[in-house]
Amino acid sequence: MNGVAFIVIAIFTLAAALAAATLRKLMHAALSFAVALVGVAAFFFLLGAEFVGLALVFIYIGAVAVLIVFTILLTRRDTGKDHGFNWAGAIIAVAVFGGLTWAILKTQSLVIVAPHTPALTVKRIGVALMTTYVWPLQCVGLLLTAALIGALILVLEEKP
Amino acid sequence: MIKSIDQVFVNAKHWLLSWLAGWPNWATQVVSSLINILALLAVFLTLFALLSVLERKILARIQNRYGPNRVGPFGLFQPIADGIKMLIKEDIVPVRADKIVHFLAPVLIAAVAILTLGVIPYGRNMTPFTIDCGILFFFAVGSATELAVFMAGWGSNNKFSMLGAMRAIAQMISYELPLIITVLPVVMVVGSLTADRIVAAQADYTYGVVPRWFAFTPWGLAAFILFFISGLVESNRTPFDVPEGESEIVAGHMTEYSGFKYATFFMAEYLGMFAISGLAVTLFLGGWHAPAHALEFIPSYVWFFAKLSALLFVYVWVRGTLPRTRIDQMMNFAWKFMLPMAFTCIVAAAVWHYAGRGLRGWLWSLLVIAIVYSGLSILLDTKRKFAPRVYRFAE
Amino acid sequence: MTPTLQVFLMVSAALFSIGLLAALSRRHAIFILIGIEMMLAAANLNFIAFWRFGAQHQPPIGVIIALFSIAIAAAEAAVGLAMVIAVYRHYRTTNVDQFDRLHG
Repeated sequence: MNGVAFIVIAIFTLAAALAAATLRKLMHAALSFAVALVGVAAFFFLLGAEFVGLALVFIYIGAVAVLIVFTILLTRRDTGKDHGFNWAGAIIAVAVFGGLTWAILKTQSLVIVAPHTPALTVKRIGVALMTTYVWPLQCVGLLLTAALIGALILVLEEKP
Repeated sequence: MIKSIDQVFVNAKHWLLSWLAGWPNWATQVVSSLINILALLAVFLTLFALLSVLERKILARIQNRYGPNRVGPFGLFQPIADGIKMLIKEDIVPVRADKIVHFLAPVLIAAVAILTLGVIPYGRNMTPFTIDCGILFFFAVGSATELAVFMAGWGSNNKFSMLGAMRAIAQMISYELPLIITVLPVVMVVGSLTADRIVAAQADYTYGVVPRWFAFTPWGLAAFILFFISGLVESNRTPFDVPEGESEIVAGHMTEYSGFKYATFFMAEYLGMFAISGLAVTLFLGGWHAPAHALEFIPSYVWFFAKLSALLFVYVWVRGTLPRTRIDQMMNFAWKFMLPMAFTCIVAAAVWHYAGRGLRGWLWSLLVIAIVYSGLSILLDTKRKFAPRVYRFAE
Repeated sequence: MTPTLQVFLMVSAALFSIGLLAALSRRHAIFILIGIEMMLAAANLNFIAFWRFGAQHQPPIGVIIALFSIAIAAAEAAVGLAMVIAVYRHYRTTNVDQFDRLHG
């Protein structure tokens, strides 16, 4: 695994995520969120899970980002007012990051290098999903159907 | 000899790489990828230029007139004139437009279109980038087109652009489902998401005469037609070009773009057409395989581009023949007809596989598709009676 | 220089805290949703990092959990955004500080 690639992708992703969290204009923030997701997908490619990376691009950028952008469009009446930034949230986020980093740096068993593993093929994932994990798969299908119907009902206009 | 003509590009690339024998491994890989990318760009940009003039000539002949025939022999140098015109036009950006988003939208849409071209096998051993889940890469990257169209519409700060962009995205999202579900039977039958494996699975000939392309099976033919129609919609071509309908919404999300940026949108639409046609050839029409044993001496890339040209001709033919559909007709078509038919193709492919892949399987899957198709035409009530028109005025 | 598991976990912790920053300190409902999605993506990165660096079980559990997590995140984003639209229709604003009445 390449160290240079890791550093480049890490800087790219964290910069885009920071932009998404702090930009004033909502549309720019939503678009930098999509860019940060590309960075996370690049991480997945680096770690050897290409199928999950592509699924992430497909679902998050192709669907969730478009949903977010559409919703921004549909709820646009008060873009003039700036909603304000709550600094307490920033302090809590920095504290959480400090706590997590301290915990990670203290655990010595995490300073390991990646073992050499056979490449993960889609066939293995498919076989696992269809044999060992078939019940969770059906449950996720049910959950997605329920979410679909629920979202439709929530935005249905009531008859006057 | 035949094999060496077939592999002439592969051997040329190996010869070029042999000049860098002493370099480190990663450098050779980078140069190899660069050669692939340059070849891809050269071929497809030339094809884009050629198609832009050929489309106008074919449309013209359908409409009983000549097309562009003044620039060069038979008008074939027209793309050069078009390119010069586009390059010297003034680049106008609206004052209140969002500069970054307005600039990045055509870049993103062209980049996405070119990326999707990288996983299609153009000939024997001639896939630019072999990825284990190549088909998923194609659709994952292609789904970023919607975001780019939205950026174009929103970044122009223009109500027509925004409306056009929303229509375009609604259309693209609705038809993305049939597009992907019609690919599922092929992936299911082959058992792999790699484009090379799918082409290799269509290699032989049954009874020595009929090629084993998936388009010659009933589920394959239905899936191919549905995939082709969804491809028409995804590239915003007539009869589904509501987003760029000139008489309705000026140019939709491309209204505020002039000069080279408009040419980039144009190029991205055509490259999207090439990508979808290339994928249709790979999945359903046997990729680079020849249709008969006796014709196998013709190189594989010639067969691929011949099939691709046939599909592109059908694209232009449909454009010259059919009128534009209304947006609600288009949505009804997607959700009420194409989606159930796409699911039927999956069931029919499974029936074909489990009834043995021979004549019995063929007839049983044909029966499944015929039953669902007649059921849908009865349910969707295609002989609608028209009610008297109701006029509503603003009060 | 090959990256160890620690640096991957630190990057994912950073992404998680940036998502937390977006969710806690912005007052627009959609920003909060973006923050939540970012936190979910950071958790997925954690799963895949542990899968890669750990013992390789036969069904690749880390990858499968990440896949399910992505699907569930998409469903949750859809329902969350539908709720934002429904609430906007009622309150005509997306500032979460103003959603302070239970019955409208």
